[in-house]
Amino acid sequence: MRIIVTVVGKDRMGIIAMVSRILAEQRINIINLDQNIVEGYFNMILIADMTDSKAALKDIQQLFAAEGAAMGLDIKVQHEGIFEAMHRI
Amino acid sequence: MLTAKEIRETNRMIEENNLDVRTITMGISLRDCSHPDLDTFCANIYEKITHTARNLVRTGEDIEREYGVPIINKRISVTPIAIVAEACKTDNYVKIAETLDRAADAVGINFLGGFSALVEKGYTPGDRRLIESLPEALARTNKVCASVNIASVRAGINMDAVRHMGEIIKKIAERTADRDAIGCAKLVVFANAVQDNPFMAGAFHGVSEPECVINVGVSGPGVVKTALEQCRGADFGVVSETIKRTAFKITRVGQLVAQEASRRLGVQFGIVDLSLAPTPAVGDSVAHILEEMGLEKCGAPGTIAALALLNDAVKKGGVMASSYVGGLSGAFIPVSEDAGMIDAVECGALSLEKLEAMTCVCSVGLDMIAVPGDTTAATIAAIIADEAAIGVINNKTTAVRIIPVPGKAVGDHVEFGGLLGHSPILKVNSFSAVDFIARGGRIPAPIRSLTN
Repeated sequence: MRIIVTVVGKDRMGIIAMVSRILAEQRINIINLDQNIVEGYFNMILIADMTDSKAALKDIQQLFAAEGAAMGLDIKVQHEGIFEAMHRI
Repeated sequence: MLTAKEIRETNRMIEENNLDVRTITMGISLRDCSHPDLDTFCANIYEKITHTARNLVRTGEDIEREYGVPIINKRISVTPIAIVAEACKTDNYVKIAETLDRAADAVGINFLGGFSALVEKGYTPGDRRLIESLPEALARTNKVCASVNIASVRAGINMDAVRHMGEIIKKIAERTADRDAIGCAKLVVFANAVQDNPFMAGAFHGVSEPECVINVGVSGPGVVKTALEQCRGADFGVVSETIKRTAFKITRVGQLVAQEASRRLGVQFGIVDLSLAPTPAVGDSVAHILEEMGLEKCGAPGTIAALALLNDAVKKGGVMASSYVGGLSGAFIPVSEDAGMIDAVECGALSLEKLEAMTCVCSVGLDMIAVPGDTTAATIAAIIADEAAIGVINNKTTAVRIIPVPGKAVGDHVEFGGLLGHSPILKVNSFSAVDFIARGGRIPAPIRSLTN
């Protein structure tokens, strides 16, 4: 199963490090990453594969919610299905 | 591989344009609950509903969280109570409505539909008991929704039932006068009612439906309006294509949610209803889509053409996105639940008569219309008859959800709260239809050829 992680917030050091650390700890593999900074605001969309992870999507969402809040970031984790449904026939 | 642009587009629809799944509605058959003893019957339906729907709300919330798309309502529809309660030895069904209300509370849903009777060709004793119970039942419950089908293409219009419903609506308004006649907002009078509608207040689980089924209603007027903002001044071919593409995307989300809910609950997937359902929230209005097409205000000349195009394009785009489409499938035009409609009435652009005309080309009918408290039962019945005639002649579903608010007149305002919204009181034609409504009987089924 693939997940989409969307990170938005004021740019600071260590955002990508935090996100990739959590994913690695949960054995979730990053397969694509799109990131930019507009007027000091960090914006990242990351596609990752959960096949080897034992965690549930709900657990990952909770982890990112807590870590994101601590760094002043809005982090959203979604099942890929909704995007596939909308953009792929 | 998905692109960042596609992911952003979807999330922008959800976060900025109010894309949501309006409702997951579980249809439950109560046909096996019938019993002559009222208390046993009530125990049967309570047990059946609370057992069958025990995981509905939790499952809806799980899907909402995993996919990041709001699922606003989780609801239940049941077999028309007039049918399943027919055998009960009792003279009214208020206790049944109270039982349904308790069952709805127990499973955590916000509305339960199916306190209903289908009387287009005539009444059984159960139908009559249900209709007579409506004022008390709707006053004493919060979550129970009622509907009465009074006409169909094949039966014509039951004018006895039309007259009766005019009187009943007045009684409901009086019985709930302390809450601005809120009881009337929970009752829909239908022509050509559909059996698989997931939207309230008109949902019921038709007698030809399976034991249990999941129907999903999508929404997203804000998404359609935003898409049209990108093609200002373009011709109607472009407008239609833009709406179709948007409706396709919206409906694919509904299809996904319906399939997931069906799989997780182990319940058959019924239909996706393609309706554009507005809410009173800013940016979630059907009227504003029509205005985006170039009308100064909804209700201006051109409104019917704009609405016809919108309704047709939503269906064309949505049909391909879902394996099974049904329910009411069209644009809803409830006045009090749509910020743009409310504005249009307040500034004098939109009248009851224009709304009637609009119902010829879109979903359902006169919906959430607040009228003066002194509107007579005969006038309400005549409004119902007109709307039923539009449905029967044009082979479509029409309905009336009208609220004669006691003590209020044109110029006043009424606040229903929440999704039911608020509304100015609409002006009603004051000429009498008393003698017309007094005739009773049945308007015969229409001829289906020579259609001019």
